[in-house]
Amino acid sequence: MTDYAIQQVVNALSAGSLYALMAVGLAMVFGILRLINFAHGDLMMIAAYVAVFCIGAGLPLLVSLPILVGVTVVVGLLMERVAYRPLRGSPDVAILLSSFAVGQILQNGTLLTTRLMDMPQLVAFPSPELLSGVMTVGAITIPKVNVASFVSGIVLLGLLTVFVTRTNLGLSMRAAAEDLAAARLVGINVNRVVATAFAIGSALAAVAGLLYSVQAGQVNPYMGFTPVLKAFIAAVIGGFGSITGAVLGGYVLGFLEVLVTSLAGIGDLLPQGSVSPEIRSFLQDWLPSGLASWRDAIVFVVLIIVLLVRPQGILGRRTEVDER
Amino acid sequence: MMASERLRRAAGPALVIVVVSVALAVLEASGQAFWQGLVINLGIFTILTLALNLTSGFTGVFSLGQIGFMALGAYGGAILTLPPPEKAAYLSDLPEWLAGIHLDQELGGLPTGFLIASIVTAILVAVIAWLVGRVLMRLSGHFVAVATLGFLVIVRVVLFNADTFTRGSRTFSNVTPYTNLWWVWAWVLLVIYVVWRIKRSSYGREMFAQREDRLAAQAIGIRVMDPRLLAFIVGAFFSSVAGSLYAHFITSFSPTVFYFDLTFRVITMLVIGGMGSVSGSIIGAMLIVALTEALRRIEDATLLYGLSQIVLAVIFLIVIIVRREGLLGQREVPLDRLFGSRRRDGPAAPAPSSPTPAADQSP
Repeated sequence: MTDYAIQQVVNALSAGSLYALMAVGLAMVFGILRLINFAHGDLMMIAAYVAVFCIGAGLPLLVSLPILVGVTVVVGLLMERVAYRPLRGSPDVAILLSSFAVGQILQNGTLLTTRLMDMPQLVAFPSPELLSGVMTVGAITIPKVNVASFVSGIVLLGLLTVFVTRTNLGLSMRAAAEDLAAARLVGINVNRVVATAFAIGSALAAVAGLLYSVQAGQVNPYMGFTPVLKAFIAAVIGGFGSITGAVLGGYVLGFLEVLVTSLAGIGDLLPQGSVSPEIRSFLQDWLPSGLASWRDAIVFVVLIIVLLVRPQGILGRRTEVDER
Repeated sequence: MMASERLRRAAGPALVIVVVSVALAVLEASGQAFWQGLVINLGIFTILTLALNLTSGFTGVFSLGQIGFMALGAYGGAILTLPPPEKAAYLSDLPEWLAGIHLDQELGGLPTGFLIASIVTAILVAVIAWLVGRVLMRLSGHFVAVATLGFLVIVRVVLFNADTFTRGSRTFSNVTPYTNLWWVWAWVLLVIYVVWRIKRSSYGREMFAQREDRLAAQAIGIRVMDPRLLAFIVGAFFSSVAGSLYAHFITSFSPTVFYFDLTFRVITMLVIGGMGSVSGSIIGAMLIVALTEALRRIEDATLLYGLSQIVLAVIFLIVIIVRREGLLGQREVPLDRLFGSRRRDGPAAPAPSSPTPAADQSP
């Protein structure tokens, strides 16, 4: 039972790292531009496809990684330049809608390209050697990719913290998130700050895309949709616009999801004689194994509750409620 | 004078009804199944666009959950009209009270059961919208968009998991094809009328006022929640009707249809026509339905699947960047000026603009 619990904790940390990597990119851009970039998930998808091509062509992971990060960053910067910069200062909804259009273009562009290359819509992901298989520690077996997700999450988010707190550009970025007009007034190059935020967000999304596809085992042009929604939930739970909040929210969401899936059917999983029959039948009634397929709905219900009870999130200060 | 004024006011709507009826009769007599299907499709999309315009265009509270209401309307309506043999065969586990209901009656050739099923479902959906809206309409711009998108995801998960009622991920089929040109366009005219009346009512003006400047509106005592909630509920009602019409037109469907692609298509129609313009929604729906059909043929011929969505998204992006208010913005097609100019030659004094379903309403 302890092994089971430890395994689930590792799963939660791994899922949480992926959500955190995605949520940070969303939160940085939102903090500065007040834009919810729905196309953020599609950057993840682009990275996954580049990975399919690179790894499929036999390139080792350490060569593929810079390529897929590079391509994703270029796409992210292009997206900002073409679709978001012309709209800066427009109503929130206009920029939000523009990000939908960008997402549609990226998804269908990928669909079209892969069709032209005679690829099926659903492609099996060629997992690199380094990330496939499991690790065994004592009685616990953990997929290597989960360890990699957790480690890369911690390392990248640590680097990001150093960047944001210790460098000039990071300071400018925080200033721009605090007050865009004032930042411009004191001579901060806002375009550079925004581009940096998009570049960092894209790079993190690229890493998340690689790890996510290894876990999922397959890629398709629409794979970014659900992760971006989850990342958004993570960012809201943590406090939108706050980088620390986004990381925290990512892990909270990871634990929440794993909790739902691991508690589903717990009544049947508990070893014989460990609980009284009444408790077992109670658990079977209230936490049936079918509960796992409701996970996404449950997560969104949590989002809506958070928005109502504490719309500023765990760490945030701003609220987005028009009337109480 | 009152009587003649009333007559003149009724002239516009009456003319619209006559023109639409004649057009539908001609189309039906022509027997062109392709065009009939296209016009039915256009009608369903017109209802959806008008409903979204009311919910989001009028109020500025962007809802992405509309297709969720449509899905509920489709499944609800279809379950209610399904005849008993089909119910036994396809939905064998339905609870008894629901298995006994089959609204497949006809009255003088009119499928009254279908009408009742659409309305009953739409009322239930409106109640759900009331519950959801009371919670979500308090949020502002971004957050309401994502929270309503969450609603869409929740509906999808429910439809996939409620096998007993929806057959889960399997196709829901054998729905009686009640939907025809007349049903769809009767609903379209009703929706146009209702949305038009709301736009020109005090509720409508409150919606627009709080959209333009919420704080200023609140400061002079204009309500924010009530008009938003009304728009959300009425929009959900009509979206549900559109769903029922769709279900009884396409006759077999699965939960995957009602998701983001459809949402985005309706948003495109709304934005291109102009958020806040009733005639704009109709024009937007027409343009996009026609364009989609043309692009679909190009796709089929060239096998470049995905091209049509790319073209639509690029057009959408250009509209958002270059002309954010869309074709019409908040204005309407000045149909009454056509009547007005003709009347000016006559003895009658220059008349104030009349509320025909397409009168001018520039602010």
